[in-house]
Amino acid sequence: MYGPKQSPWILHYDASSCNGCDIETLACLTPIFDVERIGVLNTGNPKHADIFLVTGAVNEQSKGVILNLYRQLPDPKVVVAVGACAASGGIFRDCYNISGGVDSIVPVDVYVPGCAARPEAIIDGVVKALAVMEEKYKQMQLQKEPA
Amino acid sequence: MTLVLALVLVPLLAGLVLLCLRAELPRRITVVTVTAAVCAGSIALACQPAPMVLGELPVSRHGIHLGMMAAEALMGLYILWVGARARQYLIVALMLAQAAVMGWFACLPGAEAAAGQALFVDKFSMIMALINGIVGGGICLYALGYMREYHTEAHRDIPDRRPFFFAVMFIFVGTMFGLVFADDLTWLFFFWEITTLCSFLLIGYTQTGEARKNALRALVMNLAGGLTFALAIVWFYRDAHSLSLQTLIHSGRAVALLPAALLCFAGITKAAQCPFSSWLLGAMVAPTPVSALLHSSTMVKAGVYLILRLAPVITGTTVGLMVALVGGVTFLLGSLAAITTPEAKRVLAYSTVANLGLVVLCGGIGTYEAVWAGVLLIIFHAVAKCLLFLCVGVVEHKLHSRNIEDMSGLILYMPRVAVMMLIGMAGMSLAPFGMLISKWAALRAVVDAYPMLSFFIVFGSSATLFFWVKWMGKLVEVVQPQRRVVKEISLDESVALYVLSLATFLACLLFPLLSKRFIEPYVAGVYGQSGFLGHGNTIIMVIMMVLVMLFPLSFLSRGRGVTLADPYLGGANIQGSPRFTGSGGTIETMTMHNYYMGGVLNEVWLSRVAVAGGAVMLALMLIFATL
Amino acid sequence: MNPWLQAILYVVAAPVVGGLLAGWDRRVSARMQSRRGPPILQPFYDVLKLWQKQNLAVCFSQNYYVLLFLLLVIFTGALFFAGADLLLVIFALTTASIFFVLGAYKASSPYSFIGAERELIQIMAYEPMVLLTAIGMYITTKTFYVHGIASHHGLLVLALPGVFLGFVFALEIKFRKSPFDLSCSHHAHQELVRGITTEFSGRTLAMIEVAHWYESVFLLGWVYLFFASSPVLGVVMALVVYAFVVLVDNVFARLKWQAALGSAWAVTAVLGFGNIMVLSLLR
Repeated sequence: MYGPKQSPWILHYDASSCNGCDIETLACLTPIFDVERIGVLNTGNPKHADIFLVTGAVNEQSKGVILNLYRQLPDPKVVVAVGACAASGGIFRDCYNISGGVDSIVPVDVYVPGCAARPEAIIDGVVKALAVMEEKYKQMQLQKEPA
Repeated sequence: MTLVLALVLVPLLAGLVLLCLRAELPRRITVVTVTAAVCAGSIALACQPAPMVLGELPVSRHGIHLGMMAAEALMGLYILWVGARARQYLIVALMLAQAAVMGWFACLPGAEAAAGQALFVDKFSMIMALINGIVGGGICLYALGYMREYHTEAHRDIPDRRPFFFAVMFIFVGTMFGLVFADDLTWLFFFWEITTLCSFLLIGYTQTGEARKNALRALVMNLAGGLTFALAIVWFYRDAHSLSLQTLIHSGRAVALLPAALLCFAGITKAAQCPFSSWLLGAMVAPTPVSALLHSSTMVKAGVYLILRLAPVITGTTVGLMVALVGGVTFLLGSLAAITTPEAKRVLAYSTVANLGLVVLCGGIGTYEAVWAGVLLIIFHAVAKCLLFLCVGVVEHKLHSRNIEDMSGLILYMPRVAVMMLIGMAGMSLAPFGMLISKWAALRAVVDAYPMLSFFIVFGSSATLFFWVKWMGKLVEVVQPQRRVVKEISLDESVALYVLSLATFLACLLFPLLSKRFIEPYVAGVYGQSGFLGHGNTIIMVIMMVLVMLFPLSFLSRGRGVTLADPYLGGANIQGSPRFTGSGGTIETMTMHNYYMGGVLNEVWLSRVAVAGGAVMLALMLIFATL
Repeated sequence: MNPWLQAILYVVAAPVVGGLLAGWDRRVSARMQSRRGPPILQPFYDVLKLWQKQNLAVCFSQNYYVLLFLLLVIFTGALFFAGADLLLVIFALTTASIFFVLGAYKASSPYSFIGAERELIQIMAYEPMVLLTAIGMYITTKTFYVHGIASHHGLLVLALPGVFLGFVFALEIKFRKSPFDLSCSHHAHQELVRGITTEFSGRTLAMIEVAHWYESVFLLGWVYLFFASSPVLGVVMALVVYAFVVLVDNVFARLKWQAALGSAWAVTAVLGFGNIMVLSLLR
C-alpha cells in the first residue's frame, strides 16, 4: 500500500543534546546525504509529523515538552532516539538533572547509537522506523475493521 | 392614496402619542402595533402596480403648504436657538441663509401653482418603503428591549428620556416614508430637514458633552446640504417653473444640471461622503438603535436615494464624474480606515460610509447597469448592516465592551447572536451573498463607463475583505473552551434579530425575484433597459449557495473521526488549557490580537486625505455644473 | 467542447496534473540546491499517507471549513474551465480562501492565527491585481466570459503586457512562494512553524494539499488564457511561468508583510492600471 513508507515526515526535537547529534541530523538534509530522496521532510509541527526524532537525554524541562509533543503527533507514530544520550542518558546518565534516555518518558521504537550518531546511521534508523510504522499501520487498519 | 398617506401619518401620530406615554406597557403595545402595521403596510404597498395612480389629497394643497411652512419656521427658530446657545455661529449663518432662500422663494409669484402632483410612488419608492418599514420597524421593536436595558443597567447615569426617544424614532420613520414618496421638491425638502432635526436630537440623546458636540457637527454638515437643496429648488423653479422631481429628472441637461448638482451635494452631506464623513463617525456615540436606524439603514439612504434618482441627469457629464469620484474615494479610504480600528461601531460606521460611497459611485456613473447595481447595494446594505448594528448593541450590553478583541469566542458564549453576526458579515462580504452580487454589478457598470474608476472598487473591496474576515475569525476562535454563562437577551431584541437575519437570508436567496419585480422595471422605465444577473449566473449563484449551506450541515457529523488535541505551543502546553510554561517556569496564557496595521495605515492621515480629496472634487463638481 | 465535459475533465484531471506539478516543483528546487530530490510522484505519496493518518484537531469544526475550502476551489476551477463569468470565478475563489482562513482562526492557536492574518493580507495583496486582470481581459475582448476570452483572435498578452506581468507577480503570492510565502511554506519550518496549516492533520491536511493542486491548475489555466489563440504557446507559457515562479521561490527570501502588501499594490497600480490607462486612451 503506497503512502506511509514513502512519505515519512519528521519532527526533530532536541531534549538536552549538546547539538552534536542535531547537526548530524540536519546534515542528512544537505546535498551529500539528501534524505528528501526517500520523501523525508523536516516539519516543525507535531500534527504534521509521523516520526518523532529525539536527540539528547531527558531533563526536567524536556519531560513536559516531550509528552506534549508526543500527544500532538497523530497515529501511527514512531519514536526514534538518536545518539547515546537519547538512548540511555549517555555520559550524562548519572547527572542530578537527567532522568535517563527518551524511553523513560515515551515508548521508543528505534535506537540509533553513536556519539554523535553518523548521518548514515540516522538514515538507517529512519528506514527501520518506516518498517515499524508499516506494522503500526496494519494494526491500525485491523483495529478499524470491526468498528 | 390612503395607504401612502397612512404610511406617512401613522408613525408621525404614533410618535406624538409616544411622547405622552411614560409607562412601559402602553409604550410596548403602541410600538409593537404600529411596527406591525407599518410592516404590513409597506408590504401591501409593494404589491401594488407601479407607478401608482394616486387620487386626490384629502386636504387642500394650500393648507398642507401653510402647515409645512409653519413647521419649517418653528424648526428654523429652534435650530437658530440651538446654534446661538452653543455659540456655533456657522449653524446660525447656514440656517439664516436657508431661511432667506426659502423665504424669498415663498414670495415668488405662482410658486404654489407650479406644483404638480405632490406624491409619486414607483418601484424604487416601494423598495425604499419596504426597507423603511421592515428594517425601521424591526429596529424600533429592538429599541424597546435595548433602551430598557440601557437605562436600567448599562447607563444608569443617563437621564431616562425614553418617551422622547421613541417619539423621535417614530416621527423619523414617518418622515422617511414621506421623503421617498414625495415628488414636490418643497415637500421633499421639508421631510429632508425633519430628518436632519431628528438626527440632531437623537445623536444628542445622552446629553453628554461628546454627544452634544457630535450632534452639532451633524447639524452643521446637514444644514450645508439643506442650503444647497434650497438653492436647487429656487434655481430649478427659476428656469423650469416646476417643482416636480420627476420633471427635473426628465428635463434636458441645460436646465437640470445645476439643480441636480446642488441636490447631489445635499445627498453627499446626508450620506456622509468625503469630506463630510466625520459626522457619521461621531454619531456613533448615540445608542445603537439610533446608529442602526438613522446612520446606516434609513436616513443616510435618503441621500443616496436622491443621487440615484438624479442619475439620468448627471450620467456622462463631468458633474457625474465628480460625484462618482467622491463616492470612489470615500469607498477606498473608508474601507482602509475600517481596518485600523478595533472599536466595533466605528468599524461599522466606516463600512457604512464606504458602502454608501459605492452607491454614490454608481449614481455618479448613472448608466442603467450602474443604477441597477446601486439599488441592489442599497437593499443588501440596509438589511445586513442593520443586523450587524443590532447584534453589536446586544453584545455591547452583555460584554460591556465595544472592542472586537473582547468578542473572542463569542460563538461559544452567545452562539445565536454570534451566528447572526456571522450571517450579517457574510452578507456584507461573501459570495454568493447579496453584497458580492452588487459589487459584481457595480464593477461591470464601472468598467463599461469609466474603466479607470475601477481603481477604487478593486482596492477598496480587498480592504473590506480584510476587516470583515478578521472580525469573523475573532468570533469563531475559541481560546478558553469553558462556557461562560451569559444572560439571555430580551424578547423584543430576539424577535427583531431573528426577523432581520431571516430578511438578510431571504434577500440574498430571493434577490433575482427582487430584481425582476422591482429593480429591473424601475431601471427599464427610466433608461429603456436594465442590468440583470442573467440565467446562467443565477444558476451559478444557486449552486454556490447550496455548497455554502453544506457548511452548517456538516456540523451534524458532530466531529466523528476527529480526536481533539492541544494547539501547538512549542510543546510548552499545560494540557487542556490555553496556558503554557514560559521561561523561568512562569505560566503564561496565550493571547491573539488582530492586526490593525497601525504602522502602515493611519486613521487621522486617511481622514485628512479624504477631506481634502472630497472637498476638491465637490468644488470641481459645482464649478462644472455652472459652466 | 461541451462546458459540462470541460468541467468534469477538470475535476478529474486537475489533481493529477496539480500533483505532478507539485512534484516537479520539489524536484527542480532540489536540483537547484545540488540535491537529487524526491520522486515526481512524491506529493501523491504524501497525500495518500496523510489520508490514512489519525485526524487530530484543536476544535472539530475547524475541519469543516477546510472541506468547504476544497469544495469551493473545485467549484471555482470547474466554473473557469466550463467558461463562466470570470468575475464570478474570482469571487468564488475568494469565498474559498475565506473559508480556509476562518478554519485557521477556528483552530485557535497562535501560529495558525498568524498564518490566518497573513493569509488575509496576501489575499488583500493579490486581489486587486486579479480583479484587474479580469477587467483588462474584458476591455480587450468585450466579454467577461472565459469561453469568449478563450476564443478571442489575437494574443491577449500583446494588448495586456503590463497586466500580464502584474498577474505573474500576483501568482507568486497566490502560489504561496517566496518572497511571499508569508502564511505557510512548504520548505523547512520557519518562524511561523506551519502557519495557517499548523493545526490541521490527517485527511484535512490532505484536503488542503489537494485544494492547492486544484488551485494551481486553475491559475495556470488563467495564464493560458493570455495566449489562448495559440494553444501550444499557451501550454508552454503556462509551464514557463510556473518554472519562473519556482525559480523566484528558490532565489528570494521571505519579505515582511508590509513589503509584500506594498509591492503588490504598487505593481498593480503602476503596471496594471498603467496598462488599462493606455488601453482606454487608445480607444
